Amino acid sequence: MTDRRLTSAAHVVTAGAALFADALDAQVVPTTRVDWSPPAAGAEDALKAVLLDPRRGPANARAVRQMLGATALLTDVRTAGEALGLDRGHFLHAGPPLSWERSSGPMRGALIGAAMLEGLAETPEDAERLLGEGSLTWEPCHHRGAVGPMAGVVSPSMWVFEVTDETSGRRSWCTLNEGLGKVLRYGAYSADVLDRLRWMGSVLGPALQHATREHGPVDLLTTIAQMVQMGDEGHNRNRAGTLMVLKEWFPHLAESGLPASDVAEIARFVGGNDHFFLNLVMPACKLVTAAGHGVPGSTVVTTMARNGTDFGIRVSGTGDEWFTGPAQVADGLYLGSYGPDDANPDIGDSAITETAGLGGFAMATAPAIVRLVGGTVSDALATTARMYDICVGENPAWAIPILDFRGTPTGIDATAVVRSGQLPQINTGMAGRVAGTGQVGAGLVTPPMDCFVKAVHGLAGQVEQAELSAQPG
Amino acid sequence: MTRLLEVRSGAYRDSVSLMLLSREVAGRPDVSNVLVAMATDLNLRLVRDLGFDPPAAASPQDMLVAIEAEDEEAAAAARDALDAALQRRPEQRSGDAAGAGPARTIGAAVRRTPDATLALVSTPGGVAAIDAADALASGVDVMVFSDNVSVEDEVTLKRLAVADGLLMMGPDCGTAIVDGVGLGFANVVRPGPVGLVAASGTGAQHVMALLDACDVGVKHCLGVGGRDLSEQVGALSTFEALDRLDADDDVDVIALVSKPAAPAVAEAVSTHAKGLSKPVVLGYLGPGLPDLTETAARVCELVGGTWSPPRRWGAAVPTPAAPGHLRGLFVGGTLCDEARLVVAPVLGPDLRESGHTFVDFGDDALTLGRPHPMIDPGLRLSRLAAELADPSCAVVLLDVVLGLAAHPDPAGDLAVVIADAAKPVLVSLVGTRDDPQNLAGTAERLAEAGAIVHTSNAAAAREAASLVGSGSR
Repeated sequence: MTDRRLTSAAHVVTAGAALFADALDAQVVPTTRVDWSPPAAGAEDALKAVLLDPRRGPANARAVRQMLGATALLTDVRTAGEALGLDRGHFLHAGPPLSWERSSGPMRGALIGAAMLEGLAETPEDAERLLGEGSLTWEPCHHRGAVGPMAGVVSPSMWVFEVTDETSGRRSWCTLNEGLGKVLRYGAYSADVLDRLRWMGSVLGPALQHATREHGPVDLLTTIAQMVQMGDEGHNRNRAGTLMVLKEWFPHLAESGLPASDVAEIARFVGGNDHFFLNLVMPACKLVTAAGHGVPGSTVVTTMARNGTDFGIRVSGTGDEWFTGPAQVADGLYLGSYGPDDANPDIGDSAITETAGLGGFAMATAPAIVRLVGGTVSDALATTARMYDICVGENPAWAIPILDFRGTPTGIDATAVVRSGQLPQINTGMAGRVAGTGQVGAGLVTPPMDCFVKAVHGLAGQVEQAELSAQPG
Repeated sequence: MTRLLEVRSGAYRDSVSLMLLSREVAGRPDVSNVLVAMATDLNLRLVRDLGFDPPAAASPQDMLVAIEAEDEEAAAAARDALDAALQRRPEQRSGDAAGAGPARTIGAAVRRTPDATLALVSTPGGVAAIDAADALASGVDVMVFSDNVSVEDEVTLKRLAVADGLLMMGPDCGTAIVDGVGLGFANVVRPGPVGLVAASGTGAQHVMALLDACDVGVKHCLGVGGRDLSEQVGALSTFEALDRLDADDDVDVIALVSKPAAPAVAEAVSTHAKGLSKPVVLGYLGPGLPDLTETAARVCELVGGTWSPPRRWGAAVPTPAAPGHLRGLFVGGTLCDEARLVVAPVLGPDLRESGHTFVDFGDDALTLGRPHPMIDPGLRLSRLAAELADPSCAVVLLDVVLGLAAHPDPAGDLAVVIADAAKPVLVSLVGTRDDPQNLAGTAERLAEAGAIVHTSNAAAAREAASLVGSGSR
């Protein structure tokens, strides 16, 4: 006889009539009762088609295996024009595609600032006119393999980190982080914002290029593994990561021949910006998620991104199609006298961190930041615990000490989100609603359920196509 | 002596984890030295001291794996053990689900409960396939109590199960016993040497109850759903269930209880059964085939038990019946089928044409949006009252099924209605002496109300048939 597992009811999971769970209790059998509720109305048939698709299990396992097999090395620092082949007058932005008419304040502000930075317009009014009349063009960062925090606007003269996955040869890019407060990515475009960007272009970018090239590739996934053990979740808290990467660069900066005042300014700028490393976590996460993208039959979410108007997701099995819903306003703490009325709906590609298993998904490792929403340490633990429920796998390399070194939840299953009603938890910054304002706060947000329901319908369509093409004749 | 050295880039773990892993692998037989550590200067020195020659390019971001063993095989085995340990999820997961609330899907519940072996699905039929697929994808056996699952979905689910070596019971699986644990409408049976495969719920319950009366116990009763032996499903679950029972050392005799199988399927099942190491009783229920009572007697004989004939309660000479017809009002589908088969030779092969009618209140069409009649007897009770008042009805035959999850006092309301009856009422009572409703007490109360009660459904049906027209003889 084959070595077959014996049939056992040692521990039974029940879904449905409580009566049968009661009967198990009466027999003193350990039982877990699922808190079952019907799936979102209208999604039943699509869910069934996707859940019954025999490709799903192996496809999801493969997507997550490929995600965990990716590497992310910081290999260069270059201008976006050079690295991404961006032409003058063309910009990248965060989230799914967006027209000027539907763009929110911070997105408009960032595009205005970028147009002025590139010398395409003298005044904000000129920039607005050019952008509105369609003589300038823009497309999502994700369409070029890049990612951008908040408005995520990238213009040709901006410097970007270039990060490489040695497994696939794939590359990803992200701009250098400007710091907090009144900055372009939050939609501010005043003179001081543009001056800072010019300094980043003329001093910081070339210096980090030199340091990176002298140092050789920096293994970002390993750095992330360490920061996760130091209380950073990689989205709203990047303090340890920032200092670790600065440590790698610093000897090369010191030996670069740059004036000591420049080196000091760079050290102050990077070391003083706890979010500097976010712009390295993001392209690293982009490479991780891209490795799991495009597996036929897989229901793993490979992109979550917002443009300030729409929240968009992409799923491994449906390729490059965006599924969108209205972006929500975060719940959190406000800077100074700002309040909820000042906040713009959710914006930025930084939810790529959650998509790869960091940020809100690694909340248990960063209890300090749940205080943004008046939360407790238990809330942080519970948040990560809930995210395991909607994920296909775990990343053993990103181990959370307080969870006995359990890996972070990785590979969001779009069907699990729709079936459970449990939305991914995202940690985020908040931009001001009005163009030019900048950052108004930080907090927690979730995607709209709509985009996951649409994605499940999209997946069901793929199942139907796969079945049709499998028919003989 | 063999030395194995690997440098793994991008594989960071903290030093404490790696020391624990090193110690674990070093404890293997034929392994003399193990060092698994990040390639810091200190660790590089340590590994050189052990006689290894690490590459100069190794950096603290790389993991060193150094194994010294008796031979290459032992070294490779040690490396495999290390890889497994690196992938292993921590066993203790303190507080990881704390505050997360109950799991909302079976998949989530199974992931939170690593010792779960089985899921019981009784969610609405339209979506039950979704939950069943989730259970199978999570790697546990599943019992689908829900009915109204399409046969196409059933086939797909069973193929998913077979592919993973899992057992799918149902859909419309009313009863199962798994290692002594009763699931769904199960009777309380003692452990014993019998393993049942039930393509019919109440049929299997009946056989188990009769065996219990002879002190013959049942270890497993694996329900496969009423359509499993159809051409379309092709006995996918029956084969798996038979193999599971054959592999279980505690099972001496296997019995299959089912409606007749589709001819091609019956042949495949017979061939499969002949290949097993244990005797298999094929208890098909059909014209000219043994009834359930005879099947139970055969099983009892094979395990060396002493057959105790089924019991009867009530007046030795029943009230003569007025001219008219037999009405069968059943909650058990198989009991209903068996009664039809038993009375047909007496009352004419086409029962409906001769005016004798049978209703199965557990049929899909009558349970849509309503609880099963074993839980909610209301529909059948009102039909019984109507039949008792209908002059064209001469004799009533009905079943009462006891057990876990069934109505706590099925005799109560029935006795009140039967007490007013002016015509013979025969009851087929299915239950064991340990069932919570009290078998003997239930029989006595029904008999006191004027019913004739049998523990053999076939015997009850035979007596009912013999009474039809008895008043005019």
